[in-house]
Amino acid sequence: MDPIPANLSKDTLLALYRQMLTIRRCEEQLARCYQSGLIPGACHTYVGEEAIATGVCAHLNNDDAVFSTHRGHGHALAKGVTPRQVTAELFGKATGCSQGRGGSMHLFAPEVGMMGTSGIVGPCILQATGAGYSFKLLKTDRIGVAFFGDGAVSNGAFHEGINLAANWDLPTLFVCENNLYATEVAFADATGNPEVANRAAAYNLPGVAIDGNDVIAVYETAGAAIERARSGGGPTLIECKTYRTRPHAEGMRDGGYRSAEEIQSWKDRDPITTLATRLVDEERASAADLAAIDAEIVELVADAERFAHDSPWPETATVADHVFSAGDASHA
Amino acid sequence: MREITFMEATLEALSEEMARDETIFVVGQGSGARGGNFNTTTGLYDIYGPERLRDVPITERGFVGMCTGAAMTGTRPVVDFMFLDFILDAMGEMVNQMAKMQYMSSGRLKMPILLRGCIGVGGAAATHHSGNYYSMFAHLPGFKVVVPTTAYDAKGLFKTALRSDDPVLFLEHKSLINGRGEVPEEEYLIPFGQASICRRGKDLTVVALTTMVGKTLTVCEKLAQEGISVEVIDPRTVAPLDVDTILESVQRTGRLLVIDETFAICGIGAEIAAQVVDRGFDDLDAPVRRLNGLHVPTPYSAPLEASVVPQLPDIEQAIRDLLAE
Repeated sequence: MDPIPANLSKDTLLALYRQMLTIRRCEEQLARCYQSGLIPGACHTYVGEEAIATGVCAHLNNDDAVFSTHRGHGHALAKGVTPRQVTAELFGKATGCSQGRGGSMHLFAPEVGMMGTSGIVGPCILQATGAGYSFKLLKTDRIGVAFFGDGAVSNGAFHEGINLAANWDLPTLFVCENNLYATEVAFADATGNPEVANRAAAYNLPGVAIDGNDVIAVYETAGAAIERARSGGGPTLIECKTYRTRPHAEGMRDGGYRSAEEIQSWKDRDPITTLATRLVDEERASAADLAAIDAEIVELVADAERFAHDSPWPETATVADHVFSAGDASHA
Repeated sequence: MREITFMEATLEALSEEMARDETIFVVGQGSGARGGNFNTTTGLYDIYGPERLRDVPITERGFVGMCTGAAMTGTRPVVDFMFLDFILDAMGEMVNQMAKMQYMSSGRLKMPILLRGCIGVGGAAATHHSGNYYSMFAHLPGFKVVVPTTAYDAKGLFKTALRSDDPVLFLEHKSLINGRGEVPEEEYLIPFGQASICRRGKDLTVVALTTMVGKTLTVCEKLAQEGISVEVIDPRTVAPLDVDTILESVQRTGRLLVIDETFAICGIGAEIAAQVVDRGFDDLDAPVRRLNGLHVPTPYSAPLEASVVPQLPDIEQAIRDLLAE
């Protein structure tokens, strides 16, 4: 790996480290909570992929719009949803970011630009394209961002959304987290083209493949693409090559469809320990700096679980609220 | 009062609202400079430009999903399907995303989006250009479904749809869009969920939808000469559905016939019948009856096509039969 660019400040680097570790510790705690029955529904963790959400969202403002997938806890946290809100949502509590209506696959916090995770593969690509359409029409410099996995790449939404965004030069960023498996189906078995980034050529937009476990690479690449989108240059497709080191969903098997050696090889390239090592080796931060952040996050995450545990259940009297907008002009 | 067509009425409504609200944009095949296959956007491109009158490729899932994202982020899309049958390619985006987004976000997101297209049997359009579908959408939480019959209703309901923060399906029967009717120059809006009583009567209530309204009124003229007095109600929106107006009518007539061009099974007529029986059982002097089109895909050949939808003699017979019960 190249040295960390000199222009990245210590604050920026530690913020990246803090964000990745927050996601990791939250996810590990959510996995434990799932195993102990505190989380009743699905739980797809982002462990191993933290560098991507972290590196991209570091450039985003609250009024930029992120559209995510079933593996979306990391995107929500990186976009500014708190560990309390995410954890409470998975517990099904009224204080969750979706007030208990969504769970893991429906995390919403539009007040910070988290426009939803989704239980369906593909729609996020189209919706981020639509956000780009809005932001262009409204003459703002806001952008839409879609995070999606390799499983979405063979889906029609990938083709349809990217085609529209490229055609109209929309301010949209398409971030493919290629973790090699869609559920347990290998990407290599799903398509005749093992690459994602080179598909951009079919739509005449820039496509770039990077190491998705290198948060610096993600940060630098996303920064350039986002700057380009904000200034009217149109969309970019970024393929982040990565790996989830936990099962597809909690409660499922680790292997069977992938070897123990393969899993270990990716654990050896863990994005968080990689960054920590580089920071210390290149004397950009001290071990004490990192230890202080580690301790801070231990407390942050413990607090999130306590909060979720102590929070009230949603009132069942509210269950039919919000099917339609409140006070809508069309109501008779 | 001046008379304009149903489609001219919606064009006028769209243009007025686009002038009023700069966040409205239209996507559709040919919705740009060409002005729409059915003249839904004639002249608007020159006024509002290419970003607000957007020609799109034939990618229904793509542009519906795109418009869902746009509606979540501060604009107000109008999706023009030309023929509503094409909407089926976008069903996942509509049912799983658009219709559920407000609920999943606990009301923090709005979904101001209007989806329009031609429905209905007629003109040898055959089975990929003749569907109705309003019962299907009415079944799902999160959609409002508008089925206007007259130019007057079309304009007032279209304007309401463009001010709604909910997804609205605005369904235009292809046999009605060139129909002329009185439309005042001054602005008016018609709220959703208010049925229209098209004809007053005392012997029997007919609830009719889209083309069946006009056909039923024709039959009623004839029956009136025999002293048969039929009340005709056009629900105008099937979601929300104005059951109160129907119940009030049935309270006076004691008999209800629902006439609908499309399928009976799991259709809006079944819903109307169930609600009336549930809430107005004591007012009924006879069973609730339905007259529907056949439960088959729409054939092309003229005699075959005509045979799948209720015709004037079928309507007359159904009314006479129910009066005899």
